[in-house]
Amino acid sequence: MSSGSELAVPSTRTARGGRTMQTVERWVVPLFTAAAVFYLLVPILVMIAYSFNDPPGRFNFVWGKFSLAAWLNPFGRPGLQEALVTSLGIAFIATIVATALGTLIALALTRYDFRGRSSTNVFLFIPMATPEIVLGASLLTMFVGTAQEPFKTLTGGLLFPLGAQTILVAHVMFNISFVVVTVRARMQGFPRHLEEAAMDLGANEWTTFWKVTFPLILPGILAAFLLCFSLSIDDFVITQFTSGTEQTFPIWVWASIRNNFPPQIHVISTMVFAGAILLVALNTLNERRVERRDRRIGSEEAARAAAAHQEAPA
Amino acid sequence: MTRRRWLLPYLLIAPGLLWLALFFVLPNIQMVLMSLSSGTIRSGFEFSWAFENYVEAFTRFPDNVVNSLVFGGLATLLCFLIGYPMAYGIAFRGGRYKTLLLFLVIAPFFTSFLIRTISWRIILGDQGVFLSLVRDTLGIVPPNFSIIGTPLAVVSGLTYQYLPFMVLPLYVALEKIDYRLIEAARDLYAGPWRRGGAITGAFGGGFLAAALMLGLRYASLDAESLVPLLLAVAAGAAIGAVVGSFLISEAFVRVIWPLSLPGVFAGSILVFIPTLGDYVNVELLGNPQTQMIGNVIQNRFLQQNDYPLAAALSFILMAAILVAIIVYARVLGTEELTGGRG
Repeated sequence: MSSGSELAVPSTRTARGGRTMQTVERWVVPLFTAAAVFYLLVPILVMIAYSFNDPPGRFNFVWGKFSLAAWLNPFGRPGLQEALVTSLGIAFIATIVATALGTLIALALTRYDFRGRSSTNVFLFIPMATPEIVLGASLLTMFVGTAQEPFKTLTGGLLFPLGAQTILVAHVMFNISFVVVTVRARMQGFPRHLEEAAMDLGANEWTTFWKVTFPLILPGILAAFLLCFSLSIDDFVITQFTSGTEQTFPIWVWASIRNNFPPQIHVISTMVFAGAILLVALNTLNERRVERRDRRIGSEEAARAAAAHQEAPA
Repeated sequence: MTRRRWLLPYLLIAPGLLWLALFFVLPNIQMVLMSLSSGTIRSGFEFSWAFENYVEAFTRFPDNVVNSLVFGGLATLLCFLIGYPMAYGIAFRGGRYKTLLLFLVIAPFFTSFLIRTISWRIILGDQGVFLSLVRDTLGIVPPNFSIIGTPLAVVSGLTYQYLPFMVLPLYVALEKIDYRLIEAARDLYAGPWRRGGAITGAFGGGFLAAALMLGLRYASLDAESLVPLLLAVAAGAAIGAVVGSFLISEAFVRVIWPLSLPGVFAGSILVFIPTLGDYVNVELLGNPQTQMIGNVIQNRFLQQNDYPLAAALSFILMAAILVAIIVYARVLGTEELTGGRG
């Protein structure tokens, strides 16, 4: 670092320290980071590996021998297919509703300065920081409360007894904040001048939104959609509190831990994981492509503007 | 026209906020009312200012409260020790792999919480990979040593599950730091921090060793376990001193650490509070002696239908998170919470 410095005393000190610091920065920190990321992925690798297991007993917890049996017969357990279909259905509807509601909030928060904006920010953070057990428990308390009059007539008896509809209500609720955070993160650095240009050219707000704003924020909305879908399909705690006798895939898994844990569970989980990762990867690649194109157009515009500027004074 | 513009943001946020009001705020109010009610599910619950539910919540489950605080605290500490260098690595040394690394950090969220916990049960089981390595191959632990059903398994599970919640806010805080500040510090002769790092590391390592020995119940505060406890503390302090003197630089202590404190606070809250309410890890990795407050809440709500007491316990968790958020918003502002202004 400053080994060639003329200040003799501090230079030897920093030179020696500089070397260890450089080693730490260049090797120790990246290696540790890589190891820690690998640690986060280990359970996923185990999940994939054990979907190819032929366990010695009824529980797929101990390695027996390699087998494709579970992959060739992924729904070979009673109730498994129904539970997965229920999960997919609830996740799909909950995600659509939550994405719509959350995107509207994200739009309001990023493009308007209004009274109550910062309280809205804090308010939206609270459901994300609240432990899942509290979200589930409070919903259960309320749903059970609607079994009594006058709430029974008020809600039309829809919220009790519990079932797919109460799971849906809960999943929309916990997904809204995640949509807001995801969409608004993608809206940072949003090219406002494009909207202004559209308005200048006579488009009204409605047309501007659908022709300019929406296509630009679509990748962000898709990212939020994918996140919500996988949060919803994998949710266990809140679902356990709001499901009654309805079985989603995670609830089915929980019920099977005690008496029988077939490798099919890991097959389905691997499929769900692979599907989610594939869609997220496709969306990210698409976003990159759009970004590159925008940057190219941007730099061409800048070049043209610079050229025009040079010509102007002449 | 001007009136409509004024109204527009409110119209945009109304549907979403209404949903949250109906299915987040209202249920929590209902839960507070329930926590002050008396009665059984057969006779119906009646609101009666029954503060004894809270007294009962604090006094009736002392073991579970202690387990929650100890396991949650240890998991938070371990998440911090793993998560800080990790977030630092991604933020400053990630380079063009930054996005990929962040994606890998949240990749576990694309599988179910249950499945990930079961994976740990497979890995740490008596016939699992981990024990076959350290017990059978290396012989570090005695042949009858097992992990599943012990506090170690529960804390390992919690640490794993909540690590991303520590890494992400730390990353956000570290990423914001202008790297030129660190270069400037080095130009101004911020070198290694040998003596300070060694002392900090020694204290940290000793404390961690004692916390792990006592918290994971490998030692207790009696004469019998005094020797192993002291040995562990000495070993922890020695390792900590070496690691601290090499890893902690003056630039880190003076520049990076103070600027990353908001992330440390946010990450610790996001790990500690949810671990208190966790019941899945204990159920799958622990035993009846390791049950935490989350298990009591789950059991009271879903098996015993003892709603008032369970509601009181849940509301204590809710109140803790609310206090933390209010403190955070007061100290650091509201924009920090949800990722800044768009």
